[in-house]
Amino acid sequence: MSEADAVAAVLWIGVTMYAVFGGADFGAGLWNLFARGGEGGKRPRDLIDWAIGPVWEANHVWLIFTLVVLWTGFPSAFEAVFSTLFIPLSLAALGIVVRGAGFAFHRTARRFRGRLLAERLFGLASVLTPFFMGTVVGAVAGGRVPVGNAAGDAVTSWVNPLSLVIGALFVATGAYLSAVFLVSDSRRARVPDLERYFATRALVSAVVTGGLAAAGLVELHGHARFVFDGLKGDALPLVILSAVCGIAVLVLLHRGARRGARPLAVGAVASVVWGWGIAQHPYLLPQTLKISAGAAPSATLTTLLVIFGVAVVLVLPALGLLFTLAQRSVVEETSRPSPQPTGGEA
Amino acid sequence: MTLASTLIAARSQMAFTLGFHIILASLGVALPALMLIANYRGLRHDDADALRLAQRWSKAVAVTFAVGAVTGTVLSFEFGLLWPAFTGRFGQVFGLLFAIEGICFFLEAIFIAIYIFGWKRLSPWAHFWTGVPVVIAGLGGAFSVVAVNSWMNQPQGYSPTSGTVTSVEPLKVIFNPAVRYEVPHMILAAYLVTGFIVASIYAVGLLRGRRDRIHRLGLLIPLTVACIATPIQFAVGDSAARAIAAHQPIKFAGMECVDKTSTHVTEYIYGRCTSSGVRGGIGIPGFDSFLVGWSTSTKVTGLDAVPSDDRPPANTMLHWAFDTMIGICTLLIGLALWLGVGWWRKRDFPQTRWFLRATAVSGVAAVVALECGWIVTEVGRQPWIVYNVMRTSDAVTHANGVWVTFGLVLAIYVALGAALIITLRAMSERWRSAGEQDVEVPYGPEAGLPEVSG
Ligand code: HDD
Ligand code: HEM
Ligand code: HEM
Repeated sequence: MSEADAVAAVLWIGVTMYAVFGGADFGAGLWNLFARGGEGGKRPRDLIDWAIGPVWEANHVWLIFTLVVLWTGFPSAFEAVFSTLFIPLSLAALGIVVRGAGFAFHRTARRFRGRLLAERLFGLASVLTPFFMGTVVGAVAGGRVPVGNAAGDAVTSWVNPLSLVIGALFVATGAYLSAVFLVSDSRRARVPDLERYFATRALVSAVVTGGLAAAGLVELHGHARFVFDGLKGDALPLVILSAVCGIAVLVLLHRGARRGARPLAVGAVASVVWGWGIAQHPYLLPQTLKISAGAAPSATLTTLLVIFGVAVVLVLPALGLLFTLAQRSVVEETSRPSPQPTGGEA
Repeated sequence: MTLASTLIAARSQMAFTLGFHIILASLGVALPALMLIANYRGLRHDDADALRLAQRWSKAVAVTFAVGAVTGTVLSFEFGLLWPAFTGRFGQVFGLLFAIEGICFFLEAIFIAIYIFGWKRLSPWAHFWTGVPVVIAGLGGAFSVVAVNSWMNQPQGYSPTSGTVTSVEPLKVIFNPAVRYEVPHMILAAYLVTGFIVASIYAVGLLRGRRDRIHRLGLLIPLTVACIATPIQFAVGDSAARAIAAHQPIKFAGMECVDKTSTHVTEYIYGRCTSSGVRGGIGIPGFDSFLVGWSTSTKVTGLDAVPSDDRPPANTMLHWAFDTMIGICTLLIGLALWLGVGWWRKRDFPQTRWFLRATAVSGVAAVVALECGWIVTEVGRQPWIVYNVMRTSDAVTHANGVWVTFGLVLAIYVALGAALIITLRAMSERWRSAGEQDVEVPYGPEAGLPEVSG
């Protein structure tokens, strides 16, 4: 493996982490939006809050990580993507602001109306942001992003069936992951009714995600032949693995199994991300820019790999500490959603 | 949209988002340090009031950090959305610094959350120590981002200097010559801005007659920190100005309105810069030359040394920004002396309303100085995005629609700023009326507790 390939792998680790953790975070926002207003929806929304509260911020650092590795390791790809896809990426950036602010302020807002508004904005931005990010991925996979400063078409590059399907797929995947996570969280909080509530949603979103993935394959077949062939070729084992994981999650959820669904769901998503990476190897931008051609000078790549190593050594233990502390303390000390649905006024 | 119009929109959007982020970033760098000082005092001297301050400030850190992070994310996008050709050409050079910054911010975010969880979960001293990485990561983060800006001002460590970069020397990039003054100047600015802002909030409380110990301590801790930083800032700023006169002489000429290269150059305090010299303002003959080289016969490069396309725009604004920064620094040093004398005589801050009034405006003044400093640095660097290497006009995106995104960004940020201020004020009101328990923040165990209703 060349140094450039190693940096591309680091980039892909960032993409995977963001797809899983960021995706689940977006999905949580979607379920917040879809939960009924008023008392009926309050308990699921409280659970969502409780579950993502400690980690919502750290989850999004993966996005920054991915951007920085991309512009440092493969600056010309970064230039091409961000200039041609100016519109969806601008919308995604604004979505991130609205989402972050919505989440932060619904926590602090005192008055009910302010809280509701912040929460609605948070939910809406959580659906739109991953959609726009998905259209970007669709544009890249479809080979519609030529090298250069805004060399591609500003609109058709991302408003096309492939991009739109992948955009929808991103939203659905997040919803699916997050519902699976929330099933475990409900169990942790010992609220069986919410466990069922999210299990149903996990099943529905799993089916929708599967359907969109199939539609995506059809579109790839028609408009992104190189990637499609890659998925059918080198990446086939990962595609199969993903399907197997996905189906296993469905079975587990249906049976109400206690463990296993969470890692399998993560496995299903991670193997698709890596399948895509392998399918378009050795290209960064399919058929216009190869990894080797787009890579930074060797000193930059080496330093980037060293920094990544340092990050792993420093950040992972700290992150582990936070996750344990958060899970333990929250369970021990704070109230959870009440065990039974509560009707009427508080 | 023409490219020229896109350029104006992109510069405005960049300036606005950076100018917004830098205030939160300054708080993110320095507020954790104030919080730890209060925490230390609380534990060391068994001081419940100091501990209470530390607890409150940690919640303010959580809120400002959250907003700082989203506005920072927007900045990262803007490197591609607004300046794709700059990042496409030089991302491989300065990007390493952002990778280091990434580690720092990640650690900062994690340890802030740990610290907030730790209030109830860890032994008091263990908890204190989990705050220390926040402070260190804040300094590291500030170093690495500001070093990028320094590199844009004094680029080195890559070749060739025209066309595609084929080799990079990371250490030379990281330790470029402008790091020596920009990084300490910015870190001091962060401490000074944060110290004066926090002190000014408590000064307002004292002026309204809330003379409890919490308010007195809440004024004294941050004000002391800021007052120590201010005179040092003056010295660092002065050395920055001299370095710029040597290495970025045209920027210096713009800041000081020096039209013609000559000796015995007059230093103007304010005044309008026109093509026929400075109008108005207070002139001190020969002083500009003296400041640059300790002698009135020092030669100072003027704007006429380069063609007019290579000169920075808006010289009057540049000059005023520079003078305002220095003027505010001088006034703040006056405030520091006032505090110092009071402390020396009575072991307390001066007990007059005028002192409190001065402290109450110091926060805003420090922020103005901060923004002015960045205007000097950034507008003074124009028309170059990388000094003498790449023009800003060659860096800008060829995409259409930047005016639209600028409008949206403006609207969203105004709402964001308003929500932030309302939130912080509401937090402090609740602290006064309801005690500690009532305040929720975006991290931490209390946040968003699903209630047990019924
Ligand atoms: C609270 C803030 C504050 C205060 C009181 C001062 N400065 Fe400053 N100054 C900044 C905050 C700042 C800054 C953080 O905004 C800048 C922008 C870039 C940088 O490194 O620091 C800056 C930049 C900056 C520059 C341009 C650096 C460059 O272009 O690379 C000069 C020459 C000075 N300052 C000089 C001074 C002098 C002579 C001061 C006092 C007498 C002074 N500053 C006080
Ligand atoms: C360390 C961090 C910073 C970096 C890397 C940075 C980078 C940039 C870049 C890439 C541009 C656009 C290109 C250009 O106009 O030359 C710019 C412009 C600008 N930035 Fe910064 N900046 C930083 C900090 C700040 C801060 C904190 C402010 C606060 C006000 C600021 C104010 C401006 C202004 C006013 C412009 C527009 C200048 C003009 O076009 O006339 N910068 N900066
Ligand atoms: C072009 C310039 C800049 C970019 C691209 C940038 C980028 C970012 C990003 C991506 C984040 C969020 C990190 C996260 O999610 O954890 C952030 C936050 C932060 N930035 Fe900036 N930044 C810039 C300028 C500055 C400057 C000049 C400072 C200086 C002192 C600074 C200090 C911070 C700090 C301390 C935080 C953590 C959040 C907080 O404490 O409020 N940034 N920035």
